[in-house]
Amino acid sequence: MKETRDSIDDIWGSRTGYEGQWPVRVDERIEEEPDHWVQSACVLCSNGCGMDIGVKEGRIVGVRGRAEDRVNHGRLGPKGLHSWVANHSQDRLTKPLIRRNGKLEEASWEEAMSLIVQKSKELVQKHTASSIGFYTSGQLLLEEYYALGVLGKAGLGTPHMDGNTRLCTATAAAALKVSFGSDGQPGSYTDLDTTEAVLLVGHNMASQQTVLWTRILDRLAGPNPPHLVVIDPRLTYTAEKATVHLAPRAGTNVPLMNGLLHLIIEAGHINQSYIEAHTQGFEELKKIVSKWTPERVEQLTGVPAEKLLAAARILGTCRTLVSTALQGVYQSMQATAAAVQVNNLHLLRGLLGHPGSGIYQMNGQPTAQNTRECGADGDLPAFRNWGNEEHIKELAKLWNVHPDQIPHWSPPTHAMQIWRYCEQGSIKMLWISGTNPLVSLPELDRVRKIIQQESLFVVVQDAFPTETTQYADVVLPAAIWGEKTGTFTNVDRTVHITHKAIDPPGEARPDFDIFVDYARRMDFRGQDGSPLLVCTWKTPEDAFNAWRECTRGRPCDYTGLSYAKLTGGSGIQWPCNEQYPNGKTHLYEDGVFNTAIDYCETYGHDLETGAPRSHDDYKLLDPQGKAFLKGSDYEPPHEVPDEQYPLWLTTGRLVYHFHTRTKTGRSRALNHAAPDGFVQLSAEDAARYGIQDGDMVEVESRRGKVQEPARIGGTEPGLVFIPFHYGYWDKPGRPRAANELTITEWDAVSKQPHYKYAAVRIRKVNA
Amino acid sequence: MNLAHYIGLLENSEKQLTEAFEYVANKHKDEVDIEQVCLKLSAWSREHHGRIMPFVEKYSEDHESEPASLKRDLFTKKRRGSLALLRDLHDLWLLTQEAQLCWIVIRQAALGLRDEDLKSCYQFCNTRTKRQAEWLLGRIKQAAPQTLLVA
Ligand code: SF4
Repeated sequence: MKETRDSIDDIWGSRTGYEGQWPVRVDERIEEEPDHWVQSACVLCSNGCGMDIGVKEGRIVGVRGRAEDRVNHGRLGPKGLHSWVANHSQDRLTKPLIRRNGKLEEASWEEAMSLIVQKSKELVQKHTASSIGFYTSGQLLLEEYYALGVLGKAGLGTPHMDGNTRLCTATAAAALKVSFGSDGQPGSYTDLDTTEAVLLVGHNMASQQTVLWTRILDRLAGPNPPHLVVIDPRLTYTAEKATVHLAPRAGTNVPLMNGLLHLIIEAGHINQSYIEAHTQGFEELKKIVSKWTPERVEQLTGVPAEKLLAAARILGTCRTLVSTALQGVYQSMQATAAAVQVNNLHLLRGLLGHPGSGIYQMNGQPTAQNTRECGADGDLPAFRNWGNEEHIKELAKLWNVHPDQIPHWSPPTHAMQIWRYCEQGSIKMLWISGTNPLVSLPELDRVRKIIQQESLFVVVQDAFPTETTQYADVVLPAAIWGEKTGTFTNVDRTVHITHKAIDPPGEARPDFDIFVDYARRMDFRGQDGSPLLVCTWKTPEDAFNAWRECTRGRPCDYTGLSYAKLTGGSGIQWPCNEQYPNGKTHLYEDGVFNTAIDYCETYGHDLETGAPRSHDDYKLLDPQGKAFLKGSDYEPPHEVPDEQYPLWLTTGRLVYHFHTRTKTGRSRALNHAAPDGFVQLSAEDAARYGIQDGDMVEVESRRGKVQEPARIGGTEPGLVFIPFHYGYWDKPGRPRAANELTITEWDAVSKQPHYKYAAVRIRKVNA
Repeated sequence: MNLAHYIGLLENSEKQLTEAFEYVANKHKDEVDIEQVCLKLSAWSREHHGRIMPFVEKYSEDHESEPASLKRDLFTKKRRGSLALLRDLHDLWLLTQEAQLCWIVIRQAALGLRDEDLKSCYQFCNTRTKRQAEWLLGRIKQAAPQTLLVA
């Protein structure tokens, strides 16, 4: 065993203070000396660190960072260094399973696929393709999403395609669309190397993107450390390093951001000429935020006025600024409206499109960006606009189908609505790939009832047995990272290739092969009778090349990328085309945004009601490349603590675990570091309820209850925290999934569920 | 002067809307977005109603009750299943059209009278009535294909 550092105990490793170019440090962990190394990148958080997979005799024996990669310069965090162990776990699914007489039994691929195809054909014939839904993951690769997007939208023609990316990154996409006219992050990770200030909103970067946080820690240890403003109700590792830490009450991000914007406008720290030349809506925004004086903000959010002023001073005077937002914004009240205020800050100050200034509306995982790009979720491929007939025609031409075959007649069905249709029985077949909704969706009790309904035929495609596979009618064993080739894109638009390093175990197959096989068996055809392109693909590279054509001329232009170009060196940012052969570091350098009526990805929404705007209404606004400044007033959360349920519950992720722990829970070191959930409460609340550290506590909401050991400190009185995504596969005995408690409701615009608040009560249980 | 007639109509239809949105919110609790947005939009109409009251006093004494009968025709209790949702949203949309038309008519009078208060009341309320209708239309479009083809 060779390990360059102990990332479990020392999460971020040693410091190398710097400014300018982040120095290289290659982190490595191998159990045996590999025969050879295979190029890849890490899929476990949105950072997408470049890494090599060490292989010996057909097994993965370790990983190392790629020194030349622009994202991580060789560094890896605990999840990257340890999670590959899961590939070899004993309980991998290796054969298809079919439910017979109530029990899942082994079957051949032929049997399993024939059954799915027969069922699909029957349903399409009887009830149209709208009786079939797809619920996918943020863990597949670009080529797989594109295959799924094409087979679902052009082959079947179902509007019901979404995935767990709805739970993690839908608001990121929505906020970028609202402000800039299309998805796509304006900034670059290199901005962190020189920036003067960093604003982290609802984003515990120290836990969620450890390597990105390392980059900030190294800046803090360098000659010109940036100021850090952290907005988070908990005192996280990230907050501990803050110059100013603002801890707002649950559900008050919008008033807090409004307060900051108000102070910055009032102090004249705005870039008037930028605003005039490149934005629309300033007066309206100003009017809304002007009501949010520091005193009023303090009253509502609990953030002291002087702290707000201190933060506003930093954000208003820095000459460069990087802002990031994550689930504390996206999964909370007024999610899109709050995320948009972060964009507004940059627009008001003219701080984007140049080195040192960027916005990262974060994703949960790098591959999640690709669902949005490829159309495997509620978006259309390459950021096309479902309201724009011309865009639909372009797709129809690319795919050789009639435009009306592509479901664009109404807003795409979002994940929560897909589940609702299943509940009502109008979706009769749900195909779940690479994700585990039985732990990740809100209000699990309701979801369990839905998935068990007689009227619903459930296909689950995964690498491991999960809480979800046990309810499936057909289980398809899938290959995972390391066992297949493909590409994916991280938060700063860097595209990486991951090459197949080893064979999948048993009969497991890449998701790509499964989707292509299904399309062939369904015999999907274009309008001239020739097979639909997905039916003709042999390798992921075929899909990638088709995808490049699909992106031509769109904001996420991949036409300059190829497997050959992505192999050997660093990941490359899109857009990458003739004009930018090595990728483009910043979007919107010229202050021209993707809002032109023929180009934009959306005509926008009413931020309060979520009503989509029509083409004609958009025409009246006619932004012609200007960005939108959009204000919002405060709306209280729909569930607030009361006498019966007096405490706020909030949820979040830990350093050592990731998405329902399907992989990370199967890595000995990661599991050992964080084997169980817990309930974190303040010393005051612990005293009030007579709870000691380690006592078993029952937490109950109107929807369910869980039992978790207590952990005292690090949160405000009145607020309890439970890490989400602890489920039942490794601990069936006790209810512990935080989502037994969370609420079924979502943001009006992004449709992302609200996980960040619920009203609960607690009591000590005698074990 | 017949302005009173229309203000009465409007006052009534905002009242109807307040109740109808609330009714639909309660009836379709299982559709969480319907419940939440309808409650919000009900509150909007309640506020509109409050804003209209001073003009009721200013311009008239006699109240109009036409839209009450409209509501009776629109919402029937017997509907069930997902078609019920579509039909209820459909009827809500019709009610918003009634309110909007009243506003347009009244605005013409307000211009003639140069009643600045009534004009700004129109400005505020009419914009929001339009947003109510837009949300309904968006949600109707979402529900329609599934309801008509599958459910
Ligand atoms: S920071 Fe994220 S992408 Fe990088 S190694 Fe850690 S989990 Fe993987």
